[in-house]
Amino acid sequence: MLRFENVGMRYGVGPEVLRDVNFSLAPGSFHFLTGASGAGKTTLLKLMYLALRPTRGLVHIFDRDISLTPREELPALRQRIGVVFQDFRLIDHLSAVENVALPLRVAGAENVEINEHVRELLSWVGLGDRLDARPSTLSGGQQQRIAIARAVINRPSLLLADEPTGNVDDRIAVRLMYLFEELNRTGTTVVIATHSNALLDKFGHPVLRLNEGELTVQRGKPSATAKPS
Amino acid sequence: MIRRTDIPFERDQSTRFLPWIVALMVFLGTLMFAVALLVSDAVETWDTTLTGRITIQVPLREAAPEKVEALVEILRSTDGIAAVRALPPDESRALLVPWLGEGVVGSGLPVPLLIDVEVAPGSRIDPVVLEARLVETIEGIAVDDHRAWLSALINLARTAELLALAILALIAASAVIAVVFTTRSGLAVHSAIIELLHQMGARDAYIAGQFQIQAMLLAARGGLGGAAAAGVVLLIFAWIGRGVESAFLPRLNLSVGDWLLLLVVPASAIAISMLTARMTVLRALARMP
Ligand SMILES: Nc1ncnc2c1ncn2[C@@H]1O[C@H](COP(=O)(O)OP(=O)(O)OP(=O)(O)O)[C@@H](O)[C@H]1O
Ligand SMILES: [Mg+2]
Repeated sequence: MLRFENVGMRYGVGPEVLRDVNFSLAPGSFHFLTGASGAGKTTLLKLMYLALRPTRGLVHIFDRDISLTPREELPALRQRIGVVFQDFRLIDHLSAVENVALPLRVAGAENVEINEHVRELLSWVGLGDRLDARPSTLSGGQQQRIAIARAVINRPSLLLADEPTGNVDDRIAVRLMYLFEELNRTGTTVVIATHSNALLDKFGHPVLRLNEGELTVQRGKPSATAKPS
Repeated sequence: MIRRTDIPFERDQSTRFLPWIVALMVFLGTLMFAVALLVSDAVETWDTTLTGRITIQVPLREAAPEKVEALVEILRSTDGIAAVRALPPDESRALLVPWLGEGVVGSGLPVPLLIDVEVAPGSRIDPVVLEARLVETIEGIAVDDHRAWLSALINLARTAELLALAILALIAASAVIAVVFTTRSGLAVHSAIIELLHQMGARDAYIAGQFQIQAMLLAARGGLGGAAAAGVVLLIFAWIGRGVESAFLPRLNLSVGDWLLLLVVPASAIAISMLTARMTVLRALARMP
């Protein structure tokens, strides 16, 4: 599904932010990504969601070598990747519903179909009463949930979430984790970047740990996996 | 939530001016094109009515019927001449009325006998050679094929027409520049949503299409406004010129076909705007990974 081989990444002429990163994700797997602030979590995710190209090494995604994939074929790959950005990137001129609908519109879905789908999902994340609100009038946690709804609306093959529970209370964090696990159960490969050790312990998925640009993989604790009620 | 585009152009200050710019350009462009059409129509009228025709003047003192009859016979048997007609004196006089006025012409002004010769299509008759031959039959005869003054006039008209078309091309170039800058500023204003759409897997053509729709709407508003204003000006011009009757100026009003042809100007403005916006966006997006 996804494989990094000796990947190195530097911004401009700066130091290498990632060094010799090697790992692979099996289809349908669920990983946490953790590490100190500035360790390179966001950078690694950007490489995975094709917003950056590595300065060296190979990135394989959906069994394609990205460096050999022509630019015209990248949009089709990107449509299969859902991303929750650390800074949300909601469009303030659009309502909550319109924001969440964007990936469906890009994929060419019909308006009626979009409407029903989007409202349902927003209700599920607890925003059923703020459907037409502008993002700027919502709290940080509410915005985060819109960002998550937008990332999962298209049932992506790969979901990459950068600190998706950073702005919500524990109860909502757990609820959002269940949403990710639900999606994972239907086949989506999931990577969640987080600082929260509590979350790592509670859900016990395998962990990709970044330390000064180097990545180590830790196996999960199967017994600790939480089940939705 | 049914939107024309994902990109919220309606909040964009920089697009406000484009319709006005397009309106102004289409207004000027339509007038320029109308001038070119009028000149071209005029040239064509002069060309078709005057070329292929030769006028022979016979001095009145030599215009005895049998002499004229003999002359007509000679002309009829000349190669390259399709038709020959001696104009009755009334008709010759009528030709002079627009130039000299009813009073002068009607007061018994001696008018030479005119013979109208139609040259066969594809043939060429040299008036000097013809005159040399005819003078043997009738003294003081003059052959005129209107070439001398006509070609100078046509040259002048063609130059004016080219000038009008060149100005039209300059106006189109300015329109392209205006659209490029508006589109670039739109790309900057909306860079966040463009990056987002790109990340979601939107193809360049999808994003460019949105700018193209926007450019079309803005250009259509401006283009139709500008064309309507130009139409009003041309109608006023035609109305003022309705009284002018002159052999020089065939007509100052446009035909139905010309009016339809003028619509090419706003239509091109819209097409140019759409295409320019599209190309500008595609070029900018090509820089994204
Ligand atoms: N666009 C950029 N240009 C230059 N340097 C950058 C850029 N983005 C990130 N960096 C640098 O790369 C390093 C890793 O940044 P990154 O954002 O990947 O860290 P992170 O693990 O996501 O941190 P956090 O937990 O605070 O989000 C940092 O030292 C940062 O300064
Ligand atoms: Mg980060």
